[in-house]
Amino acid sequence: MSDDELAEEEFEAAPPAGEVPSPQQHFASRFRGVTGALGPLATVVLAFFVSGIAIVAIGKNPLRVYKAFWDGTGLNFFIHFGSHSVRIPFSTTHVWFWWDTASISAQNLQQTLLTTTPIILTALALALPFRAGLFNIGGQGQYWVGSILTVWVGESFIGLNGPVHIALCLLVGTLGGAGWAGIAGFLKAQWGVHEVISTIMLNWIAIWTISYLLGQGGPLQGSQPAIPVSNQIADAAKLPIFWGPKLLQGLSIGIFIALAMLVVYWLLINRSTLGYEIRAVGFNPDAARYGGMSVARNYFLAMAIAGAFAGLAGAIDMLGWRYSLGQLDVENQAGQIGFIGLAAALLGRNTALGVGAASLLFGALLTGTSGRQLDQSIFRPDLAGDLTTIIQGLVVLFVGLNLLGLAAWWRRRRGRVATT
Amino acid sequence: MAEAPLLELRGITKRFPGVLANDDVNLDLRHGEVHALLGENGAGKSTLMNILYGLYTPDEGQILLNGKTIDVGSTKASIEHGIGMVHQHFMLIPVMTVAENIVLATEPRKGGVLLDYASARKRVRDLSDRYGLAVDPDARIDRITVGQQQRVEILKALYRGAEILILDEPTAVLTPQEAQELFEIIRSLQEQGKSIIFISHKLNEVLEIAQRITVLRRGKVVDTIPAEGATEPGLAQMMVGREVLLRVDKKPAQTGDALLQVEDLHVFDDRGLESVRGVTFEVRKGEIVGLAGVDANGQSELIDAIAGLRPVASGRVVLDGRDVTKDGARDMIDAGLGHIPEDRHRRGLVLPFSLAENLVLHGYRKKPESRRGLLQLGTIGRRAKRLLEEFDVRGGTPDTPAFALSGGNQQKVVLAREIDADPKVLIAAQPTRGLDVGAIEFVHRRLVEQRDAGRGVFLVSLELEEILSLSDRILVIYEGQIVAEFPPTATEEEIGLAMTGGGREVAA
Repeated sequence: MSDDELAEEEFEAAPPAGEVPSPQQHFASRFRGVTGALGPLATVVLAFFVSGIAIVAIGKNPLRVYKAFWDGTGLNFFIHFGSHSVRIPFSTTHVWFWWDTASISAQNLQQTLLTTTPIILTALALALPFRAGLFNIGGQGQYWVGSILTVWVGESFIGLNGPVHIALCLLVGTLGGAGWAGIAGFLKAQWGVHEVISTIMLNWIAIWTISYLLGQGGPLQGSQPAIPVSNQIADAAKLPIFWGPKLLQGLSIGIFIALAMLVVYWLLINRSTLGYEIRAVGFNPDAARYGGMSVARNYFLAMAIAGAFAGLAGAIDMLGWRYSLGQLDVENQAGQIGFIGLAAALLGRNTALGVGAASLLFGALLTGTSGRQLDQSIFRPDLAGDLTTIIQGLVVLFVGLNLLGLAAWWRRRRGRVATT
Repeated sequence: MAEAPLLELRGITKRFPGVLANDDVNLDLRHGEVHALLGENGAGKSTLMNILYGLYTPDEGQILLNGKTIDVGSTKASIEHGIGMVHQHFMLIPVMTVAENIVLATEPRKGGVLLDYASARKRVRDLSDRYGLAVDPDARIDRITVGQQQRVEILKALYRGAEILILDEPTAVLTPQEAQELFEIIRSLQEQGKSIIFISHKLNEVLEIAQRITVLRRGKVVDTIPAEGATEPGLAQMMVGREVLLRVDKKPAQTGDALLQVEDLHVFDDRGLESVRGVTFEVRKGEIVGLAGVDANGQSELIDAIAGLRPVASGRVVLDGRDVTKDGARDMIDAGLGHIPEDRHRRGLVLPFSLAENLVLHGYRKKPESRRGLLQLGTIGRRAKRLLEEFDVRGGTPDTPAFALSGGNQQKVVLAREIDADPKVLIAAQPTRGLDVGAIEFVHRRLVEQRDAGRGVFLVSLELEEILSLSDRILVIYEGQIVAEFPPTATEEEIGLAMTGGGREVAA
């Protein structure tokens, strides 16, 4: 007897409560990797299509606008081959290379990757608790806590040895984020406080506390009076920039830390006993308890590790290109990175590869539509940013819709009509 | 067959990728009969009924109603043809009232928009009076019992004008008493001229309620026979395709020292009521101790407390000479307790996990399944392969998700995991619930093997027959207390009396 039929029977017997996966999930799990990417791809295509309608509505040609976005992202860097002399990072040696690493598109690409870095990490901050059945909305707050602690450590301890100072900053930022998310994890584990509520509240606590710290007369306000911005971090604490101009937001090695964290995440979830516990708790807490696991401990750990990712994102941004933090940054960009990370995690279906790809997509979108990169004769940059938000929102909306499931339903309907 | 059939399925064939779920199935339903559809899990019963109800489109074959071909391309069409289905898991909205659920989608309206609740209520009341299905139209679905929910499902089908009712494993979720009440309802529906297709894999039920029985095996009709003259062993053989031992063969027990001792145990349930009230018993090496009792007399709480899943209020639990009263689930597993939980979907398995992952649910944190916090996938996979073979788990490889297996095979996975951990004491809570005869036989044989291997087995079951055929000693629990102990030679009547709290003085 093949398992297809058995599966069929099982679904008929499946309770509607949602504890048993849908046939689509079953299908996806059997051909994971092949069909796994189809849903998210369809989601993205549809999101671009619908926002294309918005572009048409304001009298522009969507294809031309998207081409301008594409050029702005710098991803066209990869398709222009030639013969170039390129300096190897951190040296004076020049070698031949098939891509021009000093072109405009190279600079745009640096910005895209710079933006992608924190998105990867805040997306992981959502993806990991998701596997434990928790919804961490607090990536933003954890990011800011990591940022402010990094700035504080970075501007203190002047004269410390570079690598040590960097390591200390990264460590403190990471632990800060972990601690902040750990509060929500602890509340959940101990008293069952819903993590959505607690992380949202913790976001605002973080934002307004930091706003106070950096504000007029605040303890972390810099030496310039009347400017609510922190001091710059020590030069020694800045992350090495390996590509692009040092003074104009070149690309720091932070991107490699983020990529390494994708690998760490994959290992943790798929290969470690902790990941096994987290997944078991996420799928079925009762079975996890029966298997001898502590559900509370896993809730706490999943949140704390997630916070570590988000805190690390803040630390890397501070050490990589921001260097100082202003009161207005925190207040005005209150929801940005966290929300984009959320969209990236949803689109990437909480897998390491998916999160990486989705983060690159959103990093590219943000960069491609920003005033600095976008060709202004084609689209007004102030509207372009809104378009990013629209696409982002549409993605979240369509991810929620489960396009593949919808398509399967439609096929079934059509199949039925055809037999009549 | 002189009488023309009301409904006829002719040559129904349904293929799913890689499998033939229904292969040229013929079935006819006469007016006013109860026709049982019998078969093992995975035999294609539900597929066939879902075709009839319009959920699936058959690849081949026709459906005839009163001799005319009909098209049931959708559930809407099948309802219009007077076919109603009560699914095994109910399709009700928990926060709405009984009346609201019944009239849903075809509500009587006031002024075209507003629900005319008074009229809905009245119609529901009329219906329930006519068919003797007592329900309170104003009760909320989540506040009534499962048996009552099932009545609401039946009323919903009747409200929509069903003449033919499909009942998919209707007794699976019911207590024995509720099942008897359901049979009364079925008989009354029959008297009112309704025709019923009754899907089941329980032989005694089918013999009790049906007039004719169609047996399906691997998607094909084995035969259709009248219930009169049919026997349980005969039906079992038709279902499984070979002779089945309904009674367990076993040698006399070779008992040794006590492995599990429970002393004056008191445990509270989720509502804070004392549901285990001073239970004392022991399980010795090499014996199966059966705990009989009507559902919800403290069995679940007792098992949970022993297994470390629920705190002990007072009393002692001793496992192989060591006091483990305060130990949690992990410590109990390490101390040598195997536990086949009563609900394999809620506890026994992580359904989206692969079989290999499910098989290490306890062992994942120990060598050689993991080293330094990393899972050793090679070892885990090889172990899974060996166990799936040893326990004859069909329908899956180590990578198959657990939900893709039939109930019987899922239970074999749980059994494999618990037995392979080499426990000193094995708690088997309702180990055959929802399984078909072939799988029941397998589970029973394995449990007796454990006993013969010198382990202590504590069997908790609501099926008295199962307790009687497996146990070396039988305890009866009633309202959280052990009220009687019987030797395996006791009769069902004696034990049954003790289960309902009667004859306390006589026993023990």
